[in-house]
Parts: sequence; C-alpha cells; structure tokens
Amino acid sequence: MTVGIVGYGAYVPKYRIKTEDIAKVWGEDAERITQGLGILEKSVPDMDEDAATLAVEAAKIAVKRGDIDPQDIDAVFVGSESHPYAVKPTATIVAEALGATPHMTAADLEFACKAGTVAIQIGMALVNSNMAKYALAVGTDTSQGRPGDALEYSAGAGAGAFIIGNKNIVAEINGTYSFTTDTPDFWRRPGKDYPSHGGRFTGEPAYFKHVSSGAKGMMERMNTTVEDYDFFVFHQPNAKFPIKLAKDMGIPKEKVLPGLMTPLIGNTYSGATMVGLANVLDKASPGSRILVASFGSGAGSDAFDIKVTDKIEDIREKGAKVQTFVDNKKYISYGEYVKHRRKLKM
Amino acid sequence: MVEGIASIWRNIPQRYRLEGNYCENCGTAYFPPRVVCVKCRRQGKLKTKIFCGKGKIETYTKVYTAPTGLELEVPYYLAIINLSEGPSILGQLVETDSEKIKIGSNVEFIFRKMREDGEEGLIQYGYKFKIV
Amino acid sequence: MKKVSIIGAGMTKFGERWDKSLKELVVEAGIKALVDSNLSGNEIEAVYGGTMAAGRLVGQEHVGALLADAMGLNPLPSIRVEAACASGGMALREAYMAIASGYHDVVVVGGVEKMTDVSTGDATIALAGAGDVEWEYFSGATFPAVYALLAKKHMAEFGTTEEQMAQVAVKNHENGSKNEYAQYQNKITLEQVMKSKPIAEPLKILDCSPITDGAAALVLASSDIARKYSDTPIEISGVGMASDTLPLHDRASLIELNATKVAAEKAYRQAGVTPKEINFAEVHDCFTIAELLAVEDLGFFPKGKGGPATQEGETALNSKISINTSGGLKACGHPVGATGVKQAVEATWQLRGEGKGRQVDNAEIGLTHNVGGSGATAIVHIMKRVN
Repeated sequence: MTVGIVGYGAYVPKYRIKTEDIAKVWGEDAERITQGLGILEKSVPDMDEDAATLAVEAAKIAVKRGDIDPQDIDAVFVGSESHPYAVKPTATIVAEALGATPHMTAADLEFACKAGTVAIQIGMALVNSNMAKYALAVGTDTSQGRPGDALEYSAGAGAGAFIIGNKNIVAEINGTYSFTTDTPDFWRRPGKDYPSHGGRFTGEPAYFKHVSSGAKGMMERMNTTVEDYDFFVFHQPNAKFPIKLAKDMGIPKEKVLPGLMTPLIGNTYSGATMVGLANVLDKASPGSRILVASFGSGAGSDAFDIKVTDKIEDIREKGAKVQTFVDNKKYISYGEYVKHRRKLKM
Repeated sequence: MVEGIASIWRNIPQRYRLEGNYCENCGTAYFPPRVVCVKCRRQGKLKTKIFCGKGKIETYTKVYTAPTGLELEVPYYLAIINLSEGPSILGQLVETDSEKIKIGSNVEFIFRKMREDGEEGLIQYGYKFKIV
Repeated sequence: MKKVSIIGAGMTKFGERWDKSLKELVVEAGIKALVDSNLSGNEIEAVYGGTMAAGRLVGQEHVGALLADAMGLNPLPSIRVEAACASGGMALREAYMAIASGYHDVVVVGGVEKMTDVSTGDATIALAGAGDVEWEYFSGATFPAVYALLAKKHMAEFGTTEEQMAQVAVKNHENGSKNEYAQYQNKITLEQVMKSKPIAEPLKILDCSPITDGAAALVLASSDIARKYSDTPIEISGVGMASDTLPLHDRASLIELNATKVAAEKAYRQAGVTPKEINFAEVHDCFTIAELLAVEDLGFFPKGKGGPATQEGETALNSKISINTSGGLKACGHPVGATGVKQAVEATWQLRGEGKGRQVDNAEIGLTHNVGGSGATAIVHIMKRVN
C-alpha cells in the first residue's frame, strides 16, 4: 500500500532576536558567533504561545491543505521537548482544537529534536495497518537555551504538522529507516529549566554519526545514491552541521539549502526537520524526490524517502507557506526576549 | 484562580473551536452558545454551530493595567469583534502594531494561551484574534 | 399605588476608611438618616440594603441579617439586593415598591461597600464580577477596559475627544471640592487628567472613579404620613429600571446604554415630566465616558453631543443642567453598593435647599441614575419637592 503525506503545515512565531543582540549582552564577538553558527536571528514565541499553540496552528494548516474532515483523524501524536505539561498530553489539546475527538487515539512523544519524525513513522504504521484512516504527526518546540550558553543563540520556536494517509497523497513516503543508539550528547533532568550538553561531543559522535548513518541506511534500503534525490532535509541545530554533512556525503549545497531554515529562525528542535520539509514541499515540483534525515539527541536519526506527486500543486496555496512565517517578523531586544521567555525571576 | 477545573473543561469547545449555536426557528447565531434563544425563547430550537473565526473589529482598546495573572502581557489590545456569522465577541488581539488596528479591520481566530494558573495550575487555551 | 417620600437622609464620609468596618460604616449612615427623619426608630418596618461584593471584599454573605443586627433592628425583615454598581439604586427601588404597594409604611434603605480591606488587585477581581466573568474578564477585559471600548466607539462615531471626557472629571472635582463627604476635595486641571497614567486607552487613571469605602442611608415613608415626621418630605415621583445583556459585546448598540434609556423613559412617564424639566441629576460616572453617555441617554443632550455640552460647561453647577453636584462617582467616590443611595441623599439635600455651597438654584425636580456593570442594569429615580 502507498502511504504518504496528505496535508502539511508549519508555524513560526513572529518575534525575532538577532544573534548580535544576544552577543552584545554577554560581551561576545557577534561576528564570530554569527559566522560560527551560521545563525543570524532566531524566532521567539509570544508571551501567550507555547508548544501546544504552535502545534495547533501548524496542524490547522495541514487539515486545511488536506481538505479532510477532522473527525477522520484517528490518531494524533505530538513530539516535543517543551511540552507545556510534564503530565497531560499536548496531543489531546491539539486533537480537541481540531475537532478530531473523541473516537481516536493520541499521545505525546519525546526524543529530543526527532520526536516529530517518530510521530510520522507511527502514523505510517497505523495507516498501513488500516488502524487509522488519517494520522496527524506534529513536531513542535519552544525550547529554551541557558542564558549565556551557546544554545541560547540557536534555541528557536516552531512547529511542523503532517497528516499521513493513503488517499490523495501529495508526497509519497516510499520508505523509512532509523538509526538509534544510547548516546549522552544532550539531556535535561526533570524540573530543570535548561538542558545540559556535551559541547563538542554533540558533533561527531552524535549528530554526524547518526544523521549520516540514517541517510546512508535509507539509501541502502532503497537502493539509491545521492544523485537520485533533488532535495535533502537534515536536522539543523545550526547552519554549519547540515552543510558540513552534505559536503562529507558529496551532496551539492543547493540540494540542502531549501530545507535549511535555521539561519533565519534558529533551531526549532522538534520542529526543525519538519519545518524544513514543509518549506521544501512549498517549493518542490511534482516528481521531486526528497531524502529526510532527522536527529534527536540521546540519540537517533529517522530517515524518509519521499516522492512529491502532482497533487501537491492543488493544495499548496490553501494555507500559509513557511516563507510567509519567516518573512512576517518583528525584532525584539534582549530585555524583551528575556521577558517573553520568562527567564525573569518574579 | 479565575475559573474552576470543571468550568474550564465545559468551555473547551467554545474556547478551542468557537463552538456556538444557532436557532433553527429564527436563524439567529449565538457565540457563546445560548441556553435559550433570545428571540424565540421556548419556541426556539438551538443547534450546534462552529464559527469560522473571521470577523471585523467594532471597537478596541489598549490595556495598560492588567488583571491578576496577565501582568506580563501588558500592554495588550482588546477588541469587540463582529463575527461574520452575526454575533459579536470580545477577544484579545495578538497584533501590537497600533497602525494596523482600526475599527473595521478584518481579523481571524488564532489559538493561544488565554490564562495560566501559576506554575502548578492548569493552562487555559482559547481564542484570540490576529489582523489579516 | 401609594406615593412615597424620603423623610431622612445621611451618609458617611467616602474615602479610604481604614478605621471603619462595613458594619460601622452602615450603622453610621443609618443613624444619621434616622436622626434626620425625626423617627424614634420604632416606626421602621423593614430594612433594605444594597452591597455588591461583601462576599469577596470582606468574606461576608448574609448581609441583610448583618444590617438589621448591626442597626439594632432585629427582628425586622432585612433584604439585601445586588446589581453590581446599581445595588444601591436597586435597594432604593425595592424599598419604594414596598411602600408604594402598601405593604409597608416606613422603611430604611442603605447602601454600603467596604473595598479597602483587600488589595487593589483583589478589589479589581471583585469589580470584574459586574461584567461577564467568563467571556469578558477571562479574555483580559478589566472593568475600565470595557468602558474604554465604549469610549473608543463614541469617539469614532461622534468625534468625542479625550479632552471632553477629561472635562467631566475636572467639573466633578470642582463640585466635590464643595462636598465635605467627598473622597477627593481637591480641584484638578484638564492637563492633569490628560497626563495621568493610562489604564485602558483612552481612559487614564483620572478618568476612572476610585476604590472607596462608604455608606449612605435614607428613610422612606408613605407620603400620606410623611408630614408627621418631616417638614420637607421629598417625593419620589418616578421610578424606572431596565436590564440589558450582561457582556458589552452582546448589546444591540455600542453608542448608548439602552437600559438607561428604557429606565429613564419609564421614570419620566410615571413622573409626568420631560428631561427639560429636570434641574439637576446625579448620574453614574464610573468613568468619564459613562457621564457623557448618561447625559445623552437620559435625554439632556442629543446623542453624540454629550462631549461638546460638557466642554461648553453646560453640565456645570447652575449651568443648563447641574450634573453630579456631589462630585459624582469620580470625586465623591464610588463605594459600589452605596452610590445609588448616596445619589438620592444628594438629591434630597438639593431639593430641600440644603446644598451646602453647591446648591442648585430653584431645585424643584431632580433625577438619580445608577448603572450596574457596563449597562446591564440601569435604575432611574425622579424626585421632587412637595410644597
């Protein structure tokens, strides 16, 4: 059975803070950091936004594009590392907001930045096994960076949503492959505001090992090579890692750039690969082939081999494109940023 | 705490999905939903209706002094919005550029946090409006 | 229906009365009214009391019982009514009806609010109960914000200006400076109002009535026995009350308070007078815009002309019509449940010629106007001197 994406959507909040404005506060060299991370500015959620509200807005666009009756959504899975509640699922809030309840299943997922792509895999399995007519997979985050830490420059906010089904498919998912190990590159203990990470350890043994293994494993399974794909969407904790990975794998930069949103919105964590894929779907012509490889610290990579169908042209204009969210921005100062992100002790 | 758990839960269809009702007898649409049709009273027949979330600003104000619980959000804009199906509702605007906010501006429903009961209590989500 | 007269009136000083409890305030006002009426007290048949939020503000319900007990009036029936900021006016109307119907001959009616035992934040939450808590307050609309929405609409429709609204506050402080009972006895300038702290655009803090403690009381008697007790009985010649939707957004019109119009029309009809014959009025200026709406909706000025009329001084003491000679809610203060009764106390004094430095010349017929919330309740009383 063919299974794939029936509708898709993304949402990025409108506030931005520039790398240079963060650097100024911490007495760091703005130029050096901007160059080093490849991030000019990152998105900042409004005071009344969180991972749930972002997820709802992205999901609504997906439903509109998919032109489906929300009551036909039989499963909702939301992946995040900034769920609003530690206990009480974001997925039910999303399901209720869409009008998908009550004859359905739902749950939240956590696997650092790849919780959303795991949701896609689960959705595929439910549709393939006829357990669900449509399954909604969302990756959403409003993650925080510790003030003064490197991650403060990159931790952005965003969400991507995909409705998986087997009818009216706009992007077929030909296959999926995952590479998973227990690798302690980045973590957060319960009750703590900010995560901890292994510094340089997050590079080669974590991101690069898993994403390259994910991508290679996918191509092996599909019997393809780099040349078979028009676009590559990699997880993007900064702008440098995916570019370096592409170089190492012999992938031309032009195939990676359309899926690389981090320079202007930061790393949207569970939203990152999803928003990158949504941006590609906004632009890719029918027949395009996309290789997606996410990364979640802890660690793992989910890869997907996706083929865009001609039905994509019918649905694209039905909802706001990623570029609209990227362009609709308002800059804030570090003080406003700190207030927005409630880093102030009240 | 502004509302108890049960009253928060009862209002979810209204706050999350703009679920109101309309009278089959006289056609009047209501948001929030009415228990009794104002015009027909006992002769009225009320049926569920989901509002599309589009409307126009009838009047607005910028709030500088917040009620308890919204101190971090000031200043914010409130507006009375005339929904396209007929009834009007009060809601917060997520736009903060004063030039964009006018009587007659078109708005659309956006899902946001409305209230939070401290750090341990429930988060109350619901409708706000963005200028389109 | 029988005719009803006011034979006694009294009030406490309004303000932040840290030293007085709710009980002490209401007893003080009650005693003043009784002394003023020349009653021994044994003639009283029932107690009517208005207070909006004793539950949230002092944690006390069962206020009817509290009033009778505190005033030493057990075992008389004691009725507490509530209509948010119109609780006092509602109590007065209930007392009026008790006598007009012939059920009682003499009753005492009081209004009281004790607002400063809680924080300003908690008082604000209590006041928000005057509007729709689920669909207005929950969305972030404080009480000033609701009136600000009315103000913005009025400005857009009629060109009403912030200066015209500010003039209401200036005039009311001018009047209040002559009222020994007023919370604020200082005069203020237009510039001071315009520069004061923004609360909800276009309303600034000096456009808003304050948080106040206070009580007011009246003794009512059937007119056929009033002369037994008072040489200057003041007749309540017309009463009107009306309701409207609780939340502002459900109103048919945002440029008027229909409840005021309906209530006023009933009162005028019963009293057999038109707005032109009213010499003075105590109107509900919870916010400056509310006074502009009031003078229009009560028929003193055409719709939309409240602002210019105020600016031209046509509502000042002894101008075209004297509005809020007590200082209004703005300068005299607004102990919520007391206001409706205080308005009638002021009207009584004016009609008796006891205007104390703010006397309306040739005061023959007066009007009081008390509103609940953003106009969900409105109560109008018309009083006249009987010769």
